[in-house]
Amino acid sequence: MRFVDEFRSAGTAHALAARIAELCEPGRQYKFMEVCGGHTHTIYKHGLEDYLPESVTLVHGPGCPVCVIPMGRVDDAIHLAAHPGTIMTSFGDMMRVPGSQGSFFDAKARGTDIRMVYSPLDALKIARQNPDKRVVFMAIGFETTAPSTAMTVLRASAEGLANFSVFCNHVTIVPAIKAILDSPDLRLDGFIGPGHVSTVIGCRPYEFIAGSYGKPVVVAGFEPLDILQSIYMLMLQVRAGRAEVENQYTRVVPYDGNRAALHAINEVMELRPYFEWRGLGFISHSAMAVRPAYRRFDAERLFEIPGVRVADPKACQCGEVLKGVLKPWECKVFGTACTPETPIGTCMVSPEGACAAYYNFGRMNRHRVSEVSVS
Amino acid sequence: MCLGIPGEVIGYLPENRDLARVDVSGVRRVINVGLLADDPPVPGDWVLIHVGFALSKIDEQEAAVALSYLESIGQAYTDELAALSQSRIE
Ligand code: SF4
Repeated sequence: MRFVDEFRSAGTAHALAARIAELCEPGRQYKFMEVCGGHTHTIYKHGLEDYLPESVTLVHGPGCPVCVIPMGRVDDAIHLAAHPGTIMTSFGDMMRVPGSQGSFFDAKARGTDIRMVYSPLDALKIARQNPDKRVVFMAIGFETTAPSTAMTVLRASAEGLANFSVFCNHVTIVPAIKAILDSPDLRLDGFIGPGHVSTVIGCRPYEFIAGSYGKPVVVAGFEPLDILQSIYMLMLQVRAGRAEVENQYTRVVPYDGNRAALHAINEVMELRPYFEWRGLGFISHSAMAVRPAYRRFDAERLFEIPGVRVADPKACQCGEVLKGVLKPWECKVFGTACTPETPIGTCMVSPEGACAAYYNFGRMNRHRVSEVSVS
Repeated sequence: MCLGIPGEVIGYLPENRDLARVDVSGVRRVINVGLLADDPPVPGDWVLIHVGFALSKIDEQEAAVALSYLESIGQAYTDELAALSQSRIE
């Protein structure tokens, strides 16, 4: 554990926190958004907010791909899966995401053939083994998983597989960040950039955040000290009046990303004019569809799909949580009607969702603590 | 599915140079390394794996750090490892 101790040392954490505190100007508040659900997880798991000065707040962003799939899309997928002779395949994370008629698990219990897979390549294998069935892969995720879907389609194409297709729901992170920057609800001082997404897209796509919006971005790793270090780097920029894209996670993220992965995505997929995000509504150029050249592998062209739009449940405030406007515990149904066992909203489904992270670690943050102590 | 899992490359499959055998916490599985074609890993190298594809090469220290992060998150990692152990990429 020698390697790991370097990233967990409480002494170093306190030293970093002290340096962050020194950079705070009296009377000023600082708000940084961590875009990625993995970061949210580390922040709650290790209680990082407790290390920070009162004037520095972290807000959670939209970077949990399961959380942003809208109800209508789940309904469409279940409708598609119910076509006779069809096998739907999906990552386990997707299985409990609620649609208006229940989740994949509920549909499976009603007899629809929906199977969990670890990789789209496992779905491909199911297609090879079941030549008389149509096998569909429910493709979800940001740029971290999109290359895998693209590579799988390329493989299916090379093999000439006729019974494999993808229901493409890949989303892209940058337009969501832009939507948040353009929203009047929230004033942010900077962003903790996503780690794994940046492995693929690199750091350049964030340059507009610094250039056009004047906000610093620091791409960060997932260890507690990675995140504190990134906040320190953000504070240094704010204090110096700089806005740049910096990379704290050079151990894994190359500034230019992964060329082969970007090439695969670009070969197989193109941007949709717009796509609906749960809680955030329609965002232009925020998702990908299969290119016409690969139409033989595009479930949206092969199946009749209702394309329904379903409003989020009234009680659900996931949109506010995904935009960082509300903390999870401020949602009226948090922990009562909405729990990981009975999720109303998606932020409670994925372990990377902000609500699930709060719930699982039972961590009362300092605002909550003060609220509880006065009530 | 968002988790990047570190694995050590053991060797390539003779029939397909994009496929490599890796060791992930003692579980041996086949993954696709085609996205690292610019700088292919050799046996003994560590890679970060997302849904059956290696997305980046990492060093041994980063592998240990990534593994400890995963172990700290509990159920989600257990589920991912269980899914991985069911995986039969070929
Ligand atoms: S508590 Fe449930 S309904 Fe409320 S924001 Fe979180 S996931 Fe959505």
